[in-house]
Amino acid sequence: MIDGILIGLQTALSIQNILMVIGGCLIGTFIGMLPGLGPMSIISIMIPVAISMGDPAAALILLAGVYYGAIFGGSTSSILLNAPGVAGTVATSFDGYPMARQGKAGKALTIAAIASFAGGTIGAVLLMIFAPMLSSVALLFHSAEYFALMVVGLSAIAAFAGTGQVAKAILMTLLGLIMATVGEGALFNMPRFTMGLMDLQSGFGFITLAMAMFALPEALFLVLNPARSAQGDNGEIKDMRITRAEARSIAPVIGRQSLQGFFIGVLPGAGATIASFLGYAVERNIAPKHEQDEFGKGSIKGLAAPETANNAACTGSFVPLLTLGIPGSGTTAILLGALIALNVTPGPRLMLDDPQIFWAVIISMYIGNLVLLVLNLPLIPYIAKILAVPRTFLIPFILFFTLMGAYIGQNNATELLLLVGFGICATVLRFADYPLAPLLIGFILGGMMENNFSRSMQLYDGISFVWERPMTMGLLAIAALLVILPSYRAQRARARAAGVADGD
Amino acid sequence: MALDRWIGLILLGLFLAYGYAAWFTMDGELAPFMRRNPIWPSTFPKVLSVLGILFALIILSGFEKGEVKIGDIDYRRLGDYHLVPALLLLGLMAAYALLLRPAGFLFSTSAFLIAGAVILGERRWFLMIIVAAIATGVVWYLVQVVLGIYLRPLPGFLGG
Repeated sequence: MIDGILIGLQTALSIQNILMVIGGCLIGTFIGMLPGLGPMSIISIMIPVAISMGDPAAALILLAGVYYGAIFGGSTSSILLNAPGVAGTVATSFDGYPMARQGKAGKALTIAAIASFAGGTIGAVLLMIFAPMLSSVALLFHSAEYFALMVVGLSAIAAFAGTGQVAKAILMTLLGLIMATVGEGALFNMPRFTMGLMDLQSGFGFITLAMAMFALPEALFLVLNPARSAQGDNGEIKDMRITRAEARSIAPVIGRQSLQGFFIGVLPGAGATIASFLGYAVERNIAPKHEQDEFGKGSIKGLAAPETANNAACTGSFVPLLTLGIPGSGTTAILLGALIALNVTPGPRLMLDDPQIFWAVIISMYIGNLVLLVLNLPLIPYIAKILAVPRTFLIPFILFFTLMGAYIGQNNATELLLLVGFGICATVLRFADYPLAPLLIGFILGGMMENNFSRSMQLYDGISFVWERPMTMGLLAIAALLVILPSYRAQRARARAAGVADGD
Repeated sequence: MALDRWIGLILLGLFLAYGYAAWFTMDGELAPFMRRNPIWPSTFPKVLSVLGILFALIILSGFEKGEVKIGDIDYRRLGDYHLVPALLLLGLMAAYALLLRPAGFLFSTSAFLIAGAVILGERRWFLMIIVAAIATGVVWYLVQVVLGIYLRPLPGFLGG
């Protein structure tokens, strides 16, 4: 392994490759800030550039830089504008945006940068150690377990997202799931629930829905109540530094989430999105009571958890790609395409046949993370200045970027009308205190969940996979507990409160 | 009845309609060979519709009553807020959606940015026009030239 690391260092530390990492990180960060252009689209745009370089190691190093840069850029727009452009950064906005509104935008970005750095770096160490072993474990997970894992994820979100109102959160999750069934599914070649409309044939766009659920209601709230924007940052970047006590409180979160995120990322198909949501839910659940109430209102733990987890998961998703040749996520699928175009076949033989590529990728992950931290920390005060733009200009621009994000993704003007319509519905739902995050998460996971459910039904010729596979049953039992426990506890607390009132 | 229960009622209707489609109309179009499969396109929607109806009823029945919380905006006093600009901006977004293709990207985007700022009370015309023109040009250059995603720049009659 030491030989490999040395070869990797030698390749990655040439002047050309260091420039590649820096360039990639910068391009990724700036384009990633635009909602609608996630890592997947930026990497696919950069592929022609990478392939024309001809050197597979340099190409991969460039693409890895773009990848990490894009993820950090996505977190920036989640934190500053509540406009998550990528599914993996939706959970970042839960606590990142409230922090920005309290005037702590600089601190939020710093925590995001450090958490991403730690997640990515620890992930890369784990990748080096576990890559060969994990490839065989990942194969033990069948579609039945994936389905059950997603049920656990959704129940965890529903149980913790609603402010003690589990039924509302579950109803929103179900609404997201039925929205995911609109259009043509992958397994059945027939359009469903399109009401005969051609524009719905491919289903609703993720970006459209994400913008409609988060960015648009937020912008409307800012218009409805101008005092709201005044409550926030007035352009001064106060206390960017993290205090010692804060560092001590997020350190264990970063440690736990690096591990958890990495191992979730290894499972093909699970990826950064599930890792970030589960990371958020887990940290919220295990936090002490007084800190639990902080979650969703600007908790630094709630920001550090998803940021660490999604970066660790991104690194984890390279395990099945490099060791089995199976891409675990959309982004790694595109990287696989780039590798094949460069005459490299990832798979069990990669480590033996082309060790310099395998190790150069891993080393470039460290360098990518380091460069990102070095580049971004000094830039943070300038990035956070976005909030100092007068609201008469800022709000039209936020609205414009939400519209552009939805349009670029689908190249369809109907999508823009859908965005406005969903945005109005989301605003009304927010008035009535319905949580919107479960809806979006249900929508994101809905397609994958149905595919895995269908595949297991086909394999087992019915629903019997639930009791024939112990791991599936265990996961589903956890999911049931997650839903029942909080509502039972809330009922009991209410009953007790009522009893006290009567006694008085 | 509070707003959240009205929404529960609307969602109940939605899930009922969805469930009706899943249970009664969808399977009619199924090819005969697909009927032997253990899973049909309607299987997952059927499960979802039952769960959805169940939880909508729970909310309607007020079984899980939380304390009434007033969020950032109290909808009972909606008139006290700046409702008119919010509605105008929504209208502007819809107009942008309809005009983007026929009027071209450059014109509709600068018009959108200027009109949006005017609705919010901005009156520094010169600054607005400069900012809108630069932003439109930069975004168009980035998306069309750098990223290669086609955006029709000019109205159709100008050959855009």
